[in-house]
Amino acid sequence: MLQVSVYRYNPETDKKPYMQDFEIDTKGKDIMVLDVLHLIKEKDNGMSYRRSCREGVCGSDGLNMNGKNGLACITPVSDVVKNNKLIIRPLPGLPVIRDLVVDMSLFYKQYERIKPFLINDTPEPAIERLQTPEDREKLDGLYECILCACCSTACPSFWWNPDKFVGPSGLLQAYRFLIDSRDTATKERLAELDDPFSVFRCHGIMNCVAVCPKGLNPTRAIGNIRGMLLNNAT
Amino acid sequence: MVTNVTNFGRSGLADWLMQRVTAVIMLAYTVFLLGFLLTNGDLDFVTWKTLFQGTTMRIFSLLALLSIAAHAWIGMWTVATDYIKCAKLRVIYHLVVVIALFAYVVWGVQVLWGA
Ligand code: SF4
Repeated sequence: MLQVSVYRYNPETDKKPYMQDFEIDTKGKDIMVLDVLHLIKEKDNGMSYRRSCREGVCGSDGLNMNGKNGLACITPVSDVVKNNKLIIRPLPGLPVIRDLVVDMSLFYKQYERIKPFLINDTPEPAIERLQTPEDREKLDGLYECILCACCSTACPSFWWNPDKFVGPSGLLQAYRFLIDSRDTATKERLAELDDPFSVFRCHGIMNCVAVCPKGLNPTRAIGNIRGMLLNNAT
Repeated sequence: MVTNVTNFGRSGLADWLMQRVTAVIMLAYTVFLLGFLLTNGDLDFVTWKTLFQGTTMRIFSLLALLSIAAHAWIGMWTVATDYIKCAKLRVIYHLVVVIALFAYVVWGVQVLWGA
């Protein structure tokens, strides 16, 4: 029997959040944490959490499992459980709507701010904007982000200033468009980031790199943005 | 773009660069002083005074002092904007920090050229 402790909070009935304990029978199998949540929901129908694709593609079930952020659907229980105990909490730093469901508005606001789309003021070609294989390669390690928010909610700088610091996820995407050969708004994008908060609140703690379920490296992207800002200004 | 008026330089980049440069200067000064102390085991007052009477040493010391002030300004500002959420309190805190740093610099100049 796996001992599971889950963060519960229903703002309509609870004055404050509490941890609820469950005993879950995994039938000796190494199931995913998301499966554990399903088993809990069988016991308690009111248990709330987000999930969709259940295979690490949609990014809905970012959670904090035994203190580390990750996607519940691709995290085997054996990866996180210590002494047969599993503690599941919502992603840290964001307002809780109910149980494990958090309000991601600030996270999306920062994503929106970096204009996550190609901007190109040159005349449209007849078919499509071409890119050399080398230029395309520069987007590897950036475009794969699924916006699960595991990184940004593991970042102390984002906890303290989620309204001003873009956060690792948003900055990874900012860099994805900064180095895209088809984008012509590089200067404008850089100008938007050149304040003491948006990029420079990153102190290289690297929690983002440690938790990203896609194995991406936001810290490196942030370093590259700094380099671009420096080149642009000196 | 997030705007702020209480940080040190004109931009985040300026602050960031300043903090790196001042760190290198402070490191160089520390290494130099340590080296001086190690190679002058039997240090007496006259040697110490002669060292600080040289113009180069005074310039180097003042540079290190200004570096500490700039570095601390940026660092303390960063800490405050993380942890102090009340704007009034933060302004008071900035004022105290800046006045203290200013006093240190003036005092340092007095020490360096007063001897
Ligand atoms: S960088 Fe990784 S952890 Fe951050 S939002 Fe994207 S996929 Fe999730």
